[in-house]
Amino acid sequence: MSFLSPRFPAALAAKGRLGANRWLLLRRLSQFGILGLFLLGPLAGLWLVKGNLSYSLTLDTLPLADPLLVLQVLFSGHRPEGMALLGAAIVLAFYLLVGGRVYCSWVCPMNLVTDLAGWLRERLGLKGSAHISRRSRYWILGLTLLLPLAGAGLAWELINPVSMLHRGLIFGLGAAWTVVLAIFLLDLLIMSRGWCGHLCPVGAFYGLLGRTSLLRVSARRRQECDDCMDCFAACPEPQVIRPALKGEANGTGPVILASACTNCGRCIDVCAKGVFVFGSRFNQHTQRCAPAGEAEGQTDHRKTIH
Amino acid sequence: MSDLSNSPPAKSDKAAAARRQFFADAGRMACGVGLLGLGLGFHAKQARALPPAALRPPGAGAEEDFLGACIRCGLCVRDCPYGTLSLARPEQPVSTGTPYFVARQVPCEMCEDIPCVKACPTGALDHGLTDINQARMGLAVLLDQETCLNFLGLRCDVCYRVCPVIDKAITLELRPNTRTGRHSMFIPTVHSEHCTGCGKCERSCVLETAAIKVLPVPLAKGELGQHYRVGWEEEKKAGHSLVDDKGLGDLPDRMPEGARLEGHFDPASQGGPSLAPGKPATPGSGVDSLAPSIPGADAHGPGVPAIPQNIPGGGLPNRLSDEAAR
Ligand code: SF4
Ligand code: SF4
Ligand code: SF4
Ligand code: SF4
Ligand code: SF4
Repeated sequence: MSFLSPRFPAALAAKGRLGANRWLLLRRLSQFGILGLFLLGPLAGLWLVKGNLSYSLTLDTLPLADPLLVLQVLFSGHRPEGMALLGAAIVLAFYLLVGGRVYCSWVCPMNLVTDLAGWLRERLGLKGSAHISRRSRYWILGLTLLLPLAGAGLAWELINPVSMLHRGLIFGLGAAWTVVLAIFLLDLLIMSRGWCGHLCPVGAFYGLLGRTSLLRVSARRRQECDDCMDCFAACPEPQVIRPALKGEANGTGPVILASACTNCGRCIDVCAKGVFVFGSRFNQHTQRCAPAGEAEGQTDHRKTIH
Repeated sequence: MSDLSNSPPAKSDKAAAARRQFFADAGRMACGVGLLGLGLGFHAKQARALPPAALRPPGAGAEEDFLGACIRCGLCVRDCPYGTLSLARPEQPVSTGTPYFVARQVPCEMCEDIPCVKACPTGALDHGLTDINQARMGLAVLLDQETCLNFLGLRCDVCYRVCPVIDKAITLELRPNTRTGRHSMFIPTVHSEHCTGCGKCERSCVLETAAIKVLPVPLAKGELGQHYRVGWEEEKKAGHSLVDDKGLGDLPDRMPEGARLEGHFDPASQGGPSLAPGKPATPGSGVDSLAPSIPGADAHGPGVPAIPQNIPGGGLPNRLSDEAAR
């Protein structure tokens, strides 16, 4: 495999360049778009959004707050003003609907860094990875909540790379770039998907939040699966796929219910057979063939591109 | 380790192994996260010590409380019209992401509507603060009396002139200039009751390095003992002195032997008409009762009223008289 040869040739052949990267492109659009909105203020003097991902005020009316941070404030014994509470409630409600870790794949700026590290790791063919349980992040999450209880204030914020990066991009990075570089090198050289997949308590929190979320990915046409394993290769949390994709034998439904799934839609992109779709968690039915219209649309697409 | 020696059935062995593995994993995790937590806890403790040059925005509570309340959003920074505030970067000695300002760079202009406080979504900047004159971001202290121009006898007065709370937070107190012997020094004097710690004075001090600096209040302020009472203030409050003069023992005034000040009445030394020589004038007048034990006090014999016999260490008059004799 040469450095620039396509990673998922089957999907590329079946759906074309755009079709095989649809959700990825949308996701990048969302990540950069949100970052751009925040940067419009400091760079162009257009203050549509003020603040950062910890708390922001949009158009001077809509408050959005990081519920994990507000929780830490509460745990440190301070009763926040209404705006912070309202902002946290809005964010909670949103992610309860669309899936907590949608934050990870659609909003978080650190995801750009770790995705890049993951991509480079694969391109360079780096094998070997330190082993740490993916549950570590829940322990660290516990720690972030314990520290304020123990009177250390919002101690996690002293080293939280996620808020440090986002705040840094908007208010001035300073030495925060070293922390970001450390995360990049961790993911590239030490542990595959080390930060987002194993350690980050922010992702863990949003994961727990999304346990009951409505929007989920479903392996609706799982009978079509030809075991090419591309979805496993593309997924940042591959362990979530198997129960849904291979669960027919033991009667498990096709919906990916594991909270670690980030709803990034990469599996939908890379599957040449069109096995995966976004859907509601309650829509457990499966389907044999791709609907004709969609298949044709994809064929047309390919024609226009090649 | 009995389950290792006598081999139990394979299934429960497997379960036991899994259980052991589980506890081992959990233990390892707890250790790792515990270490992380410990390190972070200590780091947090150190980061809590705000460097003296960094001041918090108006309405911020005690540093400990502030660090638990501020969400590090920077809205206060955005809404400050003077660009006073900034969010600390990781390499700075202020807790990462929290708002602060350095008076010597950009002081707080004490906006009447306090937009920074209004913008704060968490109340880390107390929304109860509605009068900026009540803000206590720090306390100005005229630290260097060797370089302050007014202490050198000049009339700089800049710190005094720029103070938004002029004549309350900072006043010029007159003091004789002993160097020239005929001028006054106008000493800039800060009053903690009114100083908001805005830092305008430190910012404007004309020296290369400011002689007047705003410090965090706990660093700048002394504290009287809980039981201390400042007499003249208590007197003002009560409308009369709290101390009954009549009940007080009077200490003798110390004067050269034989010296007398015209019109000076010193009951303890000179004694009234009722004062019996050698005997205490009032019961409990400790100094008098000591008199017999003073060496040489008897040398002049009792009953010589002009000599202050009852001074502790009464050798002094003797020496003086010796000298006079030589
Ligand atoms: S796991 Fe953490 S760093 Fe990664 S995308 Fe989610 S919030 Fe961001
Ligand atoms: S009172 Fe005004 S000048 Fe001072 S920090 Fe607040 S907004 Fe800035
Ligand atoms: S607005 Fe309040 S919560 Fe936000 S950074 Fe300023 S003090 Fe902290
Ligand atoms: S800091 Fe200085 S200028 Fe500000 S109120 Fe106090 S004495 Fe006045
Ligand atoms: S501005 Fe500086 S030098 Fe001038 S009187 Fe004030 S403290 Fe002294």
